[in-house]
Amino acid sequence: MVDFMVIKTESLTKKYGKITAVDSLDLSIEEGEIFGLLGPNGAGKTTLISMLCTILKPTSGRAWVNGFDIVKESAKVRKSIGIVFQQPSVDDLLTGRENLAMHNLLFGVPRNVRKQRIDEVLSLVNLEKRADDLLKTYSGGMRRRLELARGVMHHPKVLFLDEPTLGLDPQTREHIWKYIRELAEKECTTIMLTTHYMEEAEELCGRIAIIDYGKIVALDSPQTLKNKIVGDIVRIKQKVTDINSLKKLDYIRNVQEKDGLLYLSIKDASKHLQDLLMHTGPIDFVEVRSGTLNDVFLHYTGREIREAEAEGGFWERMMKK
Amino acid sequence: MNGIISSLEGIYAVWLREAKIYIREKERLISSAISPLLWIFGFGAGIGSTVESIGGFPYMVFIYPGILVMAVLFSSLFYGIYIIWDRKLDFLKEVLVAPVPRASVFAGKMLGGVTDAMVQVIFLLIIGLLINAPLSPVSIIQAFLMLLLISIAMVSIGLVIGANLKSPEGFSLVINFVMWPLFFFSGALYPVDKLSPWLTYATSINPLTYGVDALRGIVLGTHQFPIYLDAAVMLVFAVIAMGLGVLSFRRM
Ligand SMILES: Nc1ncnc2c1ncn2[C@@H]1O[C@H](COP(=O)(O)OP(=O)(O)OP(=O)(O)O)[C@@H](O)[C@H]1O
Ligand SMILES: [Mg+2]
Repeated sequence: MVDFMVIKTESLTKKYGKITAVDSLDLSIEEGEIFGLLGPNGAGKTTLISMLCTILKPTSGRAWVNGFDIVKESAKVRKSIGIVFQQPSVDDLLTGRENLAMHNLLFGVPRNVRKQRIDEVLSLVNLEKRADDLLKTYSGGMRRRLELARGVMHHPKVLFLDEPTLGLDPQTREHIWKYIRELAEKECTTIMLTTHYMEEAEELCGRIAIIDYGKIVALDSPQTLKNKIVGDIVRIKQKVTDINSLKKLDYIRNVQEKDGLLYLSIKDASKHLQDLLMHTGPIDFVEVRSGTLNDVFLHYTGREIREAEAEGGFWERMMKK
Repeated sequence: MNGIISSLEGIYAVWLREAKIYIREKERLISSAISPLLWIFGFGAGIGSTVESIGGFPYMVFIYPGILVMAVLFSSLFYGIYIIWDRKLDFLKEVLVAPVPRASVFAGKMLGGVTDAMVQVIFLLIIGLLINAPLSPVSIIQAFLMLLLISIAMVSIGLVIGANLKSPEGFSLVINFVMWPLFFFSGALYPVDKLSPWLTYATSINPLTYGVDALRGIVLGTHQFPIYLDAAVMLVFAVIAMGLGVLSFRRM
């Protein structure tokens, strides 16, 4: 390795029986980057993060976090990371403060700063007033907030956030975004996050990877992806449809038809609109807007909803692996 | 040095959580108080009314040491099921990504289970005094220590099973195959000196037989093996069980 990469994977693969959840993934993430993982349900985001944080063994391939091999040096990896899981993992029968205190002990926060850290993160997520209530009396969003507080409390070098702002109100989300940005800028914390909120990815991430069926299908900065892939979106309603002739135009990148409307991705619509309308003939309706990350996402991953394949017989359910 | 402190703090963190949950889940505390009563009065009074005294002791007193061991055996082994619930509720992940050695996590859990079982032992010792079991301050301490050793071994076995299975139903299935043979071939409910050869053999390879024998020696003064042999067998068994426990937790 020439440049030090805080997260690096080489052909990292995880198979669950027939399903390949993560498929020969190669990634390099630098120090202080905020890196976003986007992908439809079941794309393999959580599986990837689970492997990187050493709670899941890869089927094949290798990966390093903070320079340590995730399999051979898992103890050192665990010393370097913080994680907010997609599934809540706070303890219902402990209070907020007790959950945090336990985390302090488990993650080796120095004794003299423990109390101060707890107060800091409680105020970050605005839970000071509820700190001494049992978690089972918290609302869903409040749990999420406590979980976030816990993940950052020990000031990890590398932070994994699996859908961190799921179910949070807009105020809290803004707050958290600001904090995440500051972590990356001031503390040089490297952050890998997954999200289904495109505005979150745009707001935070320097680079994003779109993954689908365990493979990276696109990787770049949100801005570049938007410019490169979708440009502008033109929506047209018209009667005579000849999609194929439109596809031949060099400034048109993609044509999709849905509900009687044509969706065209166009490089620089302001320049080519006139020409386009000459090709389409008379139209009933036209709308032009700039492409969004959402368009990029749909471009790469299609529009159909993914279904999870439920599998596993008696013994698979009974045995762990 | 730092490593040692972090290991100890890990043990403490996990144990503290277990202890708090034990106190807060009222059902667990109540069952700790009630099940020993059921054991003693169910078995002792029920079977005792049909069996005459054994070795000069009323049946209820004769089985008292066995009941002590059994209460510890059951609650200790079943404690392993909580690890499956922890995993199901995803709480375990937080502990598994923590930079404390898995041996610490295991030790914390194990001590949590032992705490649970020993609370029951305290209830049982009080009941023992009430039914006139011949207990003295010294024998109470000895019995407590022996039961502690048994509990350490059995909680470890329960955790090994829990760590390797993922459903509570699977756990119950497996634990029944472990628990009942240990129970029946331990001589907890009958004296082991007049058994058929194959039963004698079965009881002699059961580590719990030595636990029961030790307790009977401590409480009633009648025993088949020397107490130090009983203690040595349980100690070796406990060490092996803990070793398996640490290995299982490393693989989690
Ligand atoms: N324990 C498991 N056993 C079997 N298959 C699994 C297991 N965990 C995940 N999978 C499968 O692996 C694939 C990837 O799942 P993963 O949870 O990584 O997706 P994800 O990208 O995080 O999705 P989401 O956006 O819904 O969180 C899916 O097809 C899923 O069904
Ligand atoms: Mg996921």
